[in-house]
Amino acid sequence: MANNESKTSPSGYNSARKQDVLIEVKNLKQYFNIKSSLGKKATVKAVDDVTFNIYKGETLGLVGESGSGKTTLGRSILRIYEPTAGRVIFSGVDITKLKKGKLLHYRKKMQYIFQDPYASLDPRMTVSDIVGEALDIHKLATSKKDRAEKIRELLKLVGLNTEHASRYPHEFSGGQRQRIGIARAIAVEPEFIVCDEPVSALDVSIRAQIINTLEEMQERLNLTYLFISHDLGVVRHTCDRVGVMYLGHIVELVESEELYKNPLHPYTQALLTAIPEPDPEVAKKRNRIILKGEIPSPVNPPSGCKFRTRCPFAKDICKKEIPEFKEHGSGHYVACHFAGKL
Amino acid sequence: MNKELLKINDLKVSFFTPAGEVKAVNGISYSLEPGKVLGIVGESGSGKSVSSYSIMGLIDKPGKIVGGSIVFDGKDVSTMTKAERLNFAGNEVAMIFQDPMTCLNPVFTIGNQIAESLIHKYGKISKEELKKRSIELLTLVGINEPEKRLAQYPHEFSGGMRQRVMIAMALAGSPKLLIADEPTTALDVTIQAQILELLKDIQKKTGMAIILITHDLGIVADMADDIIVMYGGKIVEQGSVYSIFNSPRHPYTKGLLRSLPDLNKKGEKLIPIQGNPIDLLNLPKGCSFAPRCGNCMKVCINHMPEEYSTEDGHRVSCWLYDSRANNNAEVKNNG
Repeated sequence: MANNESKTSPSGYNSARKQDVLIEVKNLKQYFNIKSSLGKKATVKAVDDVTFNIYKGETLGLVGESGSGKTTLGRSILRIYEPTAGRVIFSGVDITKLKKGKLLHYRKKMQYIFQDPYASLDPRMTVSDIVGEALDIHKLATSKKDRAEKIRELLKLVGLNTEHASRYPHEFSGGQRQRIGIARAIAVEPEFIVCDEPVSALDVSIRAQIINTLEEMQERLNLTYLFISHDLGVVRHTCDRVGVMYLGHIVELVESEELYKNPLHPYTQALLTAIPEPDPEVAKKRNRIILKGEIPSPVNPPSGCKFRTRCPFAKDICKKEIPEFKEHGSGHYVACHFAGKL
Repeated sequence: MNKELLKINDLKVSFFTPAGEVKAVNGISYSLEPGKVLGIVGESGSGKSVSSYSIMGLIDKPGKIVGGSIVFDGKDVSTMTKAERLNFAGNEVAMIFQDPMTCLNPVFTIGNQIAESLIHKYGKISKEELKKRSIELLTLVGINEPEKRLAQYPHEFSGGMRQRVMIAMALAGSPKLLIADEPTTALDVTIQAQILELLKDIQKKTGMAIILITHDLGIVADMADDIIVMYGGKIVEQGSVYSIFNSPRHPYTKGLLRSLPDLNKKGEKLIPIQGNPIDLLNLPKGCSFAPRCGNCMKVCINHMPEEYSTEDGHRVSCWLYDSRANNNAEVKNNG
C-alpha cells in the first residue's frame, strides 16, 4: 500500500510539520436548529467560530467534555455536516464550496474512524465487503482479483488474519472490529483521518494494541490525524499538539508537552488535575482543582467567556467580553483574559 | 466481635445460557474490614460486577450462585430469609450503579424516591421528619437548593446530579458498606472528579466501607486501600494499593500497568497485552490468562495455579511463584 499521491517530504513529520499546512480551518461555525419540547425554536452553537491549522503528518488532539463540540468539529471538517459558516481549506482548496462530484475526490483523501466499533460496521456485510465497499466507491480495484488482493493486504496491515475476510462483524471482539474500521479507512489511501474516540469503547488491555496500530499506520502511510478523545492520558501519548474545547470554542491550543507542563487556561488546568492518576503516591498527595457545576447548555451559553460560570478566577470583564484566541509564547494559543497572569 | 465486615469464601456464580454454562465468577475469596475502600479492577467479562451483585442478592435467572459463601457482619447472606434479605439490602449494604440515567424512575420526583429509601429504613415516619432527612441527604451529597430540587423529576437533573441523587438514596439507609459499580464511567472527567471527591468525603464522614468496581486503574489508585485484580472470573492478584502499583506480581497486572499511556512519558511505544479478551464459554483448562501471557509455561496450560502469598501481604495466583518454578521467573517477567 504505497501512498502514491501524497507529496509529503520523506524527512518525517517533525521537520516537515512547521512548513506544510494540510488543513486550514477558518472561522468555522456549525449551528443546529432545534425545537424544544414546547415547540420553541432554538439554535445550538455546537462549534462557534473556530480557527486553527492542521499540519501535514502531525497528530492533532482535540479534548473536551461531552457537549464541547469536538465530534461536531471533526465531522464538519469532513463536511459530514454542512458547516453554517467559515471555511475548511484542504491542500489549498476550499472544500466547503465544492459540489458533490468534486467533493467525492476529497472525501477519498479524508477518512473517519468511529468510536463505537459495534455500531459502525454493518452486521450483514462480511469484512471483505466492508473494506471492499470503500475500494468500489472510489474505483480503486482494477479487477476482482486485484480487489481481493488489496483487501487481504489491508487486513494484514492492520493485524487481522486474511481468513477473516469472509466473516461477519459479530464474530469479532471490540478490538478486532476497530481494526476492521481502520482497514476500511485506510483502504482508499487517505491523507487525513479523523479518529473519533477510537479506543474509548475498548477494554483497557486492548487499547494499547489499537493505539500502536494507529501509530504504525501513520508512520507507514504518512497520515495526518485529528485525534478526538476525552482521555487526556491517551492524547498526551499520541498527539503532537492538543486543542482543548469548551462549549464550541477552542480555549487552548499548543504542543502537547507544553500543554501538560504549562497549561494557561483555567479550564485546562482543572481538566489536567481531574485525570485519575494511576499511581497511588501521586494520586493521594496532589491537590485537585475541583470545578463547580457542569458544562452549561449550548442552547443558552453564558455571555462573554463561556467558561466563566465555572471558572474560579472569573472577574467582571469575563462576563462582558469574549476573550480573544491569542498567541502567548510561540505556538501557544489561549482564549482567556488573564492568560499568563493566573 | 468479628473483625471482618465482609468475608467471601470460594464464591462461584454461573449463568446457564442456551450456549452453555458461563462461569462468570469462578471461585473467589476475599475479606473486607469496616471502613476500608476496596477496589476491584478488571475488564468486561472479568466477573467484577457479578461478584458484587451476588452480595446484594441481585443474581437472577439464568444466573445462580453455585457455590461458596458470603458472610456479612457475621451473618451468612445465602441462608437469609426473604424478610431478612429485604432489610439487609439497602440498610446494611447499598449499591450505586454505572448509569444514573436508567436507575431513577422517570415518573416520580426525586423527593419521592429518596423518601422510599428512608421509609425502607425507618418504617413509619412523619412527613416533616421525612422532608427534613431528605434535605439533609441532598445537602450531604452537595446538591444546592435541596428543598426545591426534591420536587423535581429526574429529567431535570444532569448526569452528575443524578449520580449524586443515587448516592443520597444509597446513604438513606446508613449502610455499613457501599458498593459502587463503575460510578463515574458515564460521566465527564471534571464531573468524575467531583463525584470521587464526594465519595471520599462521605466515606470519611460516615466511616462506611466501599467496594469500588472499575476498569480505571487511575480511580482505584486514588481511592482504594486495597485492590483486587480479576481476570476471567478469578482473582489473579490482591494486595494493598501501594504494593499492587509498586510491585505488581501477576503478568496480567503488570501488563495492564505497562499498557497505560504514561502521562509523564511521551513518544515511547505502548506495550500492549497480546491477544483478545477471554471467552467465558470456553475457559482454558489451566490459568485463564495463559493464552495471552508472555511467561506461559507448560504447567499453566493444563493446571489452574494456586494462590501464593508474598512477604508484603500480597496474594497472587500464578505458577511463576511456585517454588518449583524456574528461579529465572522474575527475570523473564520483563519480557
